Amino acid sequence: MSWINESGPARDVVLTSRIRIARNIAAVPFPSIMQPHHAAEVAEKVKKSLYNKKAEAGSTFAFMYIRDVPAVERQILVEKHLASQDLMESYETSALLLDSKEKIAVMINEEDHIRMQCILPGFQLNQAWEKLNRVDDMIEADLEYAFHEQLGYLTCCPTNVGTGMRSSVMMHLPALTVNKQMNAILHTISKIGLTARGIYGEGSEAAGSIYQISNQITLGPSEEELINNLTITCRQIIEKERIARKALHKTTGIQFDDAVWRAYGVLRNARTLDIKEFMAYISQLRLGVSMGLIPGFSLEDVDSLMTAGQPAGVMKKTGQIIQGRDIDEARATVIRDAVDELLESRKNRKEG
Amino acid sequence: MICQECGQRQATVHLTKIINNHKTELHLCEECARQREDFIQIPSFSVNDLLAGFMDLGHSQPAVEKPVSSQCAACGMNYNQFKKIGRLGCQQCYQYFGNELHPVLRRIQGNTQHAGKVPKRSGSGLLIKKQINQWKAELKRAVELEAFERAAELRDKIKELEQSQLKEGDRK
Repeated sequence: MSWINESGPARDVVLTSRIRIARNIAAVPFPSIMQPHHAAEVAEKVKKSLYNKKAEAGSTFAFMYIRDVPAVERQILVEKHLASQDLMESYETSALLLDSKEKIAVMINEEDHIRMQCILPGFQLNQAWEKLNRVDDMIEADLEYAFHEQLGYLTCCPTNVGTGMRSSVMMHLPALTVNKQMNAILHTISKIGLTARGIYGEGSEAAGSIYQISNQITLGPSEEELINNLTITCRQIIEKERIARKALHKTTGIQFDDAVWRAYGVLRNARTLDIKEFMAYISQLRLGVSMGLIPGFSLEDVDSLMTAGQPAGVMKKTGQIIQGRDIDEARATVIRDAVDELLESRKNRKEG
Repeated sequence: MICQECGQRQATVHLTKIINNHKTELHLCEECARQREDFIQIPSFSVNDLLAGFMDLGHSQPAVEKPVSSQCAACGMNYNQFKKIGRLGCQQCYQYFGNELHPVLRRIQGNTQHAGKVPKRSGSGLLIKKQINQWKAELKRAVELEAFERAAELRDKIKELEQSQLKEGDRK
């Protein structure tokens, strides 16, 4: 089970909270110039300190070399945000340690020797840092990190030096987007050392009104201070979005309900769905579900649909690499089946 | 749009060539584009390029191509190379490129003093130093308050810790 099916605080607005830290092993060249034997050495060392060990209660670390992971599975790891595209591209030397609950992932030989992250459902940055900090301690007990008294943890790119930490919150902000307030928000947060980008989509366009907000600076403030800054900012955005949702519902009335139900109707019945259209309807549906407009549907259900409809999610079902019209058709089928399944399980639960 | 060459990755490089009134268009991914000789250097805009821009800004005379003598003795990376790829080669690079890197760090991070987590292992020296400084401050206060018993106690503690650190240094 992964974060997608779990509930979490402020889940109506926040999909996930994520903390990532970058580390390098002392006296080994950085991945930018290292030789294959260095890469193998790093992978084996990190594997030794984490493999089969406890990540948290009831969960242990599995280890895989990316070269042994099938192409579709690789793409799924990327779409679940458990590994990066960069890691997949250096597949000959890279590896991944993944805890069985899919909350903690340790990428090996990406831009830095070690890039570890903890991803949790909803708004819980502090908890994510606590868990990750423990894993960092586990590795540190066995290995010496590249560390400098003044500059902190040394990273391959100077933009990560210091704490090596990037904390980020993935948010669904449909009402603020409709009200055209996003640009102002993005502009403001950039002034306090934070940055935002749309995910699921290309360039600046945020497909499905989903944004990721994270800290830009890594050197100077402590980990706790960085997390605190982000938490305070996000809390305000969450409140603004909630107010905007209520206002939107109040002012547009039946049109609001109609848009939500139409989105539901399309997702349940469409025969072909391109990704852009899919994300637009999922966003609409999620907005409706967050306001309790669609009985029997939870936010977790919607988020699992969102993942299922991404390219890798669809390809996992079809078992082959497809694109263009083929994937649009397959996506519609995958989503129809998934909605049917959800409704069926609801019915059974009621009867049982 | 999908790359015309590999048919897999997203095409991000779009090129129109006109030779003798004959127009050809090509849509490629960065990787395939790089491999084509007829494109020589495709200017792309990435974080690394941005960073490279900062490297020059870090100096008082950005326009002058300065002779590059600075090279990391540990891994062989030279500063120009770093400017190009935006990535360092090893931890020693931070030492060898210190003069160049400092203004850059101040610019992109706004700060050059780490205040976060310290690894117990490689950072133990730093932790001891922090402790010694703390005790020294306490000692000063104790003397001011004429709490000599406490001051003597602190003085001994500091001495002990400083000596243990010296021994540690000898072993290395």
